[in-house]
Amino acid sequence: MNLHLKVWRQKNAETKGHLVDYEARNIPEDCSFLEMLDLVNEDLLSRGDEPIAFDHDCREGICGMCSLTINGIPHGPSETTTCQLYMRKFKDGATIYIEPFRASAFPPLRDLTVNRSAFDRIQQAGGFISARVGAAQDGNSILIPKTEADRAMEAAACIGCGACAAACPNASAMLFVGAKVTHLGSLPQGQPERERRVLAMVKKMDEEGFGNCSNYLECEAVCPAEIPVAVIGQMNRDYSVALLKDNL
Amino acid sequence: MNLLLKFWSSSIGKKWLVALTGLALLGFVMAHLAGNLQMFAGAAKINAYAEFLHANEKPLWVARLGLIACFLGHIIATLTLVRMNRAARPQAYVLNRHVQAKISTRTMALSGLTVLSFIVFHLLHYTLRVTDPRFRTVAEGGQLESVFDVYRMVLLGFQNPLLSGFYILSVALLALHLSHGISSVFQTFGLESKRSALWMPKAGRFLSLLIFIGYASIPAAVLLGFLK
Repeated sequence: MNLHLKVWRQKNAETKGHLVDYEARNIPEDCSFLEMLDLVNEDLLSRGDEPIAFDHDCREGICGMCSLTINGIPHGPSETTTCQLYMRKFKDGATIYIEPFRASAFPPLRDLTVNRSAFDRIQQAGGFISARVGAAQDGNSILIPKTEADRAMEAAACIGCGACAAACPNASAMLFVGAKVTHLGSLPQGQPERERRVLAMVKKMDEEGFGNCSNYLECEAVCPAEIPVAVIGQMNRDYSVALLKDNL
Repeated sequence: MNLLLKFWSSSIGKKWLVALTGLALLGFVMAHLAGNLQMFAGAAKINAYAEFLHANEKPLWVARLGLIACFLGHIIATLTLVRMNRAARPQAYVLNRHVQAKISTRTMALSGLTVLSFIVFHLLHYTLRVTDPRFRTVAEGGQLESVFDVYRMVLLGFQNPLLSGFYILSVALLALHLSHGISSVFQTFGLESKRSALWMPKAGRFLSLLIFIGYASIPAAVLLGFLK
């Protein structure tokens, strides 16, 4: 198949970026979106041009490294990561806009790559359990009700790719933080630090310059891990309770 | 004090303020509607209600000042949040698409600003009565029997189809604003769960629809000649 691409090219954070037109020719429809970009890059290299920089790693939908806003939607039209998006989702001859994830907390690096370390710093602020919980077999000795285990597991599916913040009209990271808070706060091992965790993570999230949730629900729609927006409610509840307890 | 300051400084605290003041304003919208619907109970009833409200000026002013405070709080907290949200995405997408964002959510600024301008006009129109010379008592050259002749004032006001149209459009936008707001307060207060996420937006839409029908029924009834 042949495609018209409009790709965001930007030398670095200091220079302004703009869309550049490329023709992608003879792309097999079983190609993944990233493989399509690989083919375009090979063509660019063969002509002595600069290849398009884009993020990728595992290419099997679990690492959260790939990004890209495709036709205005982070990770594109299917509810997966970009690496799991296949070209058969597009029509032959289609025009595809490819832009980076956009948020002030995700500063641009080059072309389609942005720095998503803000998520790491939020995680480092409290997204962990420091209680010693033993080895693997000890996990089985802590009994957890099925409903709570399910809720924690559902939230734990978050791969931290940043699509939620990229899709949100306010560039809010609340789905990400809500997922971490719900995941760790639903399990017995996470209880000792539950209040400290939510206070620290929300504080860091605000400091990093993410926006606020206005219930557009775009985050939930694009999340490749299908994190439900209810985790934001959980975060709001935990935060309010923790702040009250901390100050009374 | 420390708690309130800390709360206000956080993103979630500002959302709480928007939600709390919004809820208080929703309370007013419903109480005001209950009062207005007495139009259908006849002139004596609603005029007596107007007289009752003004019988004691002190509680009336306490309520008014409370409302003004909620109104300002709602706007200031929202503007603060909007400024943060704008700053969070300095470079806009060239192609911007929504997947599931509702119309009511995407038009909050438009509906909010229309409601704001409507409220200003509404106060000038029926509360301060500066837009229509007929809204004075007969003794002062107007057409009202007394200051509390609300029934006749509303009748005269809504007989103008342009004005009634503007009222109906404004309450429609108010209902749109509320349908987003009502379901959102649950999330802000952390009362949302996966199960309640299914019915809360519906509850918001249903209540807003009732509010719209209630408010729009009065100008519609005047225009159609049910109230005379």
